[in-house]
Amino acid sequence: MTAARAGTRALSAAALAAVAGLLLYGFLATESEKTVGLMLLGAVIAVAGGIRSGVLPRLVAAAGAGAVLAGLGVAMVVLVGVFHDDPFVLLLMSRALLVLVACLGLHVQLADAGVPNFAGAAFFGIGGYTAAVLGRGDLPHPVVLLASGAVAAAVGSLLLLPLLRTRGHYAALITIAFGLLFRTFLEVNDTLGGPQGLKLAGLRVLGWSFNDDRQILGVDFSGYAFYCLAAITLALVAVALVRRVERSWIGLALDAVRLDETASACFGISIGRWKIAAFTLGNALIGVAGGLSAMMVGFIAPNNFTFQESLVLVSILLLGGLGNLAGLAVAALIVIWLPEKLQPIQEFRYLLFSVLVVLVLVLRPTGLVRRTSRRPFGSVAA
Amino acid sequence: MDLLAQYVMNGVMLGLMYALVALGFTLFFGVLDVVQFAHGDVLTAGAFAGLATYAVLVHAGLDAAVPQLVLVVLAATVSMAVLGAVLGRVLVMPLKGAPPLNVLLATLMGGTALRECIRLFYPGGSQPQRFPALLPSASWSMGRFNLRLDNVLMIAAGVVLVVGLSQVLRRTRLGLEIRAVAQDEETARTMGIDFRRVVLLTFAIGSALAAFAGVMNGLYYNEINFGSGLLLGVIGFSAAVLGGLGSFGGAVLGGFLFAGLQTLGAVALPFASAYKDVFAFAVVILLMTWKPTGLIEEQLGERV
Repeated sequence: MTAARAGTRALSAAALAAVAGLLLYGFLATESEKTVGLMLLGAVIAVAGGIRSGVLPRLVAAAGAGAVLAGLGVAMVVLVGVFHDDPFVLLLMSRALLVLVACLGLHVQLADAGVPNFAGAAFFGIGGYTAAVLGRGDLPHPVVLLASGAVAAAVGSLLLLPLLRTRGHYAALITIAFGLLFRTFLEVNDTLGGPQGLKLAGLRVLGWSFNDDRQILGVDFSGYAFYCLAAITLALVAVALVRRVERSWIGLALDAVRLDETASACFGISIGRWKIAAFTLGNALIGVAGGLSAMMVGFIAPNNFTFQESLVLVSILLLGGLGNLAGLAVAALIVIWLPEKLQPIQEFRYLLFSVLVVLVLVLRPTGLVRRTSRRPFGSVAA
Repeated sequence: MDLLAQYVMNGVMLGLMYALVALGFTLFFGVLDVVQFAHGDVLTAGAFAGLATYAVLVHAGLDAAVPQLVLVVLAATVSMAVLGAVLGRVLVMPLKGAPPLNVLLATLMGGTALRECIRLFYPGGSQPQRFPALLPSASWSMGRFNLRLDNVLMIAAGVVLVVGLSQVLRRTRLGLEIRAVAQDEETARTMGIDFRRVVLLTFAIGSALAAFAGVMNGLYYNEINFGSGLLLGVIGFSAAVLGGLGSFGGAVLGGFLFAGLQTLGAVALPFASAYKDVFAFAVVILLMTWKPTGLIEEQLGERV
């Protein structure tokens, strides 16, 4: 790669990250509801214009997806620095990122392998409860977080056989039934706190407690700033992982299984194996996100993991355009932040999202953003 | 013995309610091959429509129990029949031919919208609402078995509905048309059957059944809640799938089976009765793993 190309690459990535960072900053910093609405409108017009005129895709292509991702990561870290002592904003950022990670798990299951999961919130909860129970012990907390993912994946494996023997509505029913079962189980189980839920110890890594506010170089940092950094790291790792999986032959096999089971079986692709792999990987991601989220909030109860919440996760996937990672990220941010920023719609958020999803499904069944197909021999520009 | 009779009585009551919901799912699946997941919330809406009618009647000064009951049931079923047909028209029919998951998600979200509307716009809708006892409250005690007249009346009404529906499907022209569409849509069309009319009528009938089950649910528990339809919908769907989606007898069988499982889980098994739903759903998942197409297969079996 020549120095000039490396330069363009870095510049394009930096430009994209700067614009995205500024947008996020404006959205998070503003208090007035009117500004939020105007900004949203402006951003939508700008992005749509960017895509239509070809500027945005060209910038992304020039930078390369990896550089864009790194740039966005830096922008988020800078935002943490800017909002260093504003717990509310930091909490919002972390929540959106963790929901994004959970949605990435669903994305692997539904958008890649075609396995429906209407119990996303349940697996999020399994991660949270695992963190609550194990976090009290002596296990180092990073291990506890990994265990959250492992337990979610393990519990999910109970559903594997039913899911492999069914598909479509029937598979969806199994996950719905599991979600309801899980929540009822939590409500009546006294060891796990029943309807009152459990308190959690805060995240602690190498003696560093994430719950305490601290001063670094004379600047006060709210404890949530550190959770936010952890969430950024987790989100970046998850996005990179999912992208790697999708671009590898694993992703190819998953696509084949989703699109035509009979044909892929004829070509020697084991349907069962790939559905299991996708479902397990997805649940593990959801579980880790759930574990970190529970530690950050410091409290979990069955009411956080209702069927309604599972539906919100699936709607984020759908609104972002099934199979589109960038769209997924934007949808997660909007769905989580908008109700917090626009107080008047807070109460109506489920109604609003459900009507929105119905409209998308009826009017644009292919999703808001059309899914791009795989280019087997490298992209044209490269 | 008398205690057993009590459990059987409660089980039959619940089973009938579930069967009514499951029949709706089976009817919809029969004519359109879709799962209409807003069905459970239609049930709730029906119960609330009945409650609102009751409030209006009381306000208007009509306090004789029998006309009240008749009007409440009538208002609930008719309004939900209309709502069901509208939902079928705007939510389900446009998605005909779309991937099954899209239809599922669209109806789930439609149901959520309905539920949220009840919660937000019905006065005090976010709290559980007391449902008036419109049926006579006489009861006879035999040992520990308490035979309540209102339960007997509800069971009788439910049985009449189920039998009546099966007769409609078997003996009337509309029933013939519904069965024809369920078996083969294209052939049915070429035979001069108005496809859209049949589908919408089926949605109306199924939703009216759900509304009836909703009123029954309210009368049985004396309380309705904006979220109660969700669970009843999932139970009804599980029952329909257990029995075999698309089969009339299967839906009834599935309904009673689920109620039986719940009762069994509540009384006969060595854990707290609060786990009865956990037990029932776990068995549903197991049964579906064992027999994915349901216990009674649709005449023309569909591979799941």
